[in-house]
Amino acid sequence: MDFLRPATWEEALAAKARRPDAVPLLGGTDVMVEINLDARRPAALLDLTAVPGLAAWERAVDGRLRVGAGVTYARLIAELGDLLPGLAQAARTVGSPQIRNRGTVAGNLGAASPAGDSHPPLLAGDAVVEAESAARGTRMIPAGDFYLGVKRSALAPDELIRAFWAAPASGPQYFSKVGTRNAMVIAVCSFAIALHPAERRVGTGVGSAAPTPRRAPEAERFLAGELDWTGAAPLDARVAARFGALAARAAAPIDDVRGTADYRRHAIAVMARRTLTWAYDDYRKKAAECA
Amino acid sequence: MRVNLTVNGRREAVDGVWEGESLLYVLRERVGLPGAKNACEQGECGSCTVYLDGLPVCACLVAAGQAEGREVRTIEGLAAGGGLDPVQRAFLDRGAVQCGFCTPGLIVQAHDLLARVPDPTDGEIREALAGNLCRCTGYEKIIEAVRLAAARRAGSA
Ligand SMILES: Cc1cc2nc3c(=O)[nH]c(=O)nc-3n(C[C@H](O)[C@H](O)[C@H](O)COP(=O)(O)OP(=O)(O)OC[C@H]3O[C@@H](n4cnc5c(N)ncnc54)[C@H](O)[C@@H]3O)c2cc1C
Ligand code: FES
Ligand code: FES
Repeated sequence: MDFLRPATWEEALAAKARRPDAVPLLGGTDVMVEINLDARRPAALLDLTAVPGLAAWERAVDGRLRVGAGVTYARLIAELGDLLPGLAQAARTVGSPQIRNRGTVAGNLGAASPAGDSHPPLLAGDAVVEAESAARGTRMIPAGDFYLGVKRSALAPDELIRAFWAAPASGPQYFSKVGTRNAMVIAVCSFAIALHPAERRVGTGVGSAAPTPRRAPEAERFLAGELDWTGAAPLDARVAARFGALAARAAAPIDDVRGTADYRRHAIAVMARRTLTWAYDDYRKKAAECA
Repeated sequence: MRVNLTVNGRREAVDGVWEGESLLYVLRERVGLPGAKNACEQGECGSCTVYLDGLPVCACLVAAGQAEGREVRTIEGLAAGGGLDPVQRAFLDRGAVQCGFCTPGLIVQAHDLLARVPDPTDGEIREALAGNLCRCTGYEKIIEAVRLAAARRAGSA
């Protein structure tokens, strides 16, 4: 095994081009488990933690946030909790403090597990993955196009994730996860919602209930049309129930050790209804304050 | 390969490290610091918790090469000048130790919590220790020990 430790981003891209079999390494919280348990013996490890600037985030000229691949969950929660609340909530449910001190959203994307907690909020918030290769330069991949199958993503063998982009929340965002306990569990299933009031648009993300994380487009369209965007009336229970049913319909879950398909569908409907209720309550409060 | 790192304030140049080796293995088997314990090697138990550049991490999930040039502080490095750290003392005084296997990881994690949050609520203590498993104590004594360490720090116990 080789241990490659590029000192610059250009060196990292060159190394990945030369050695497509090299496994990128950020927090190592997925990669090292596999190596320790002998489930994987990569030809080379490509440690990106010495690349300067990769662990930084910035506000781009267009107002969006560009969050470097090396930003850990702990820092995301502390520094971006107000700007990306849905993602920060999801980050708070990842593993333990020790895992959150190392693990990254980019690593979650790299692993592309259908159960990864960052995926639903990335989908709901229209995040875009910035991928780069030495040969073809930068490519912007919308989260919705990133996940291709169980642990398969749109990333090419010579590409690395450099950052993800997301607009700061313009409305309420919530994430909800079902697990067998409060900490240290992989999601049985999860759901994220984002209200985008300026465009009267709704974003969703369904986790751990299909071969890939996915949106619930029908539920999004329905809710965008039915929601009282003036915030005058309380949430219509029938609208919330229908939203839940449509969200569940977007899922294509399987039975496995963590839960049955039926249970997952049911839980998605409940979480969609609940997160909508929380989000809409916040929205109304804000609307009332402004009035 | 060779890995250069600082452990508990001492510079170490460790030779013959396998590229897939964890920081935990390097600490225990090559530097001779068996304080951080090896149980699950998959981040689930927290018994291997050490500070890496000031942040508690599972040493079993850090590739040794990632620690190149970095600073590690282990349970052995908490007791300054021969005396126990207040968190260590509180674990003893409250009987928060039975077999002791989980203790080093729990103490490092609790030490970090108290450095950041001097007067934590029970909820904060539980959340901070959520990644550390103990098979013996039932956790109540551990939580009491953290409370005691916090109170002593504040000068009220
Ligand atoms: C005890 C424990 C609990 C966990 N709990 C959760 C949980 O609750 N929710 C959850 O979602 N996950 C959980 N995980 C999984 C893991 O922590 C996350 O997937 C994390 O986001 C991985 O980030 P990392 O930086 O550690 O990735 P790494 O392990 O470094 O890498 C993960 C994958 O991404 C690839 N990769 C890394 N960086 C790049 C890059 N820049 N470009 C391209 N590919 C890259 C790697 O090659 C690898 O395939 C848990 C893991 C452990 C050990
Ligand atoms: S040995 Fe590292 S967490 Fe269990
Ligand atoms: S005291 Fe035995 S595992 Fe905690």
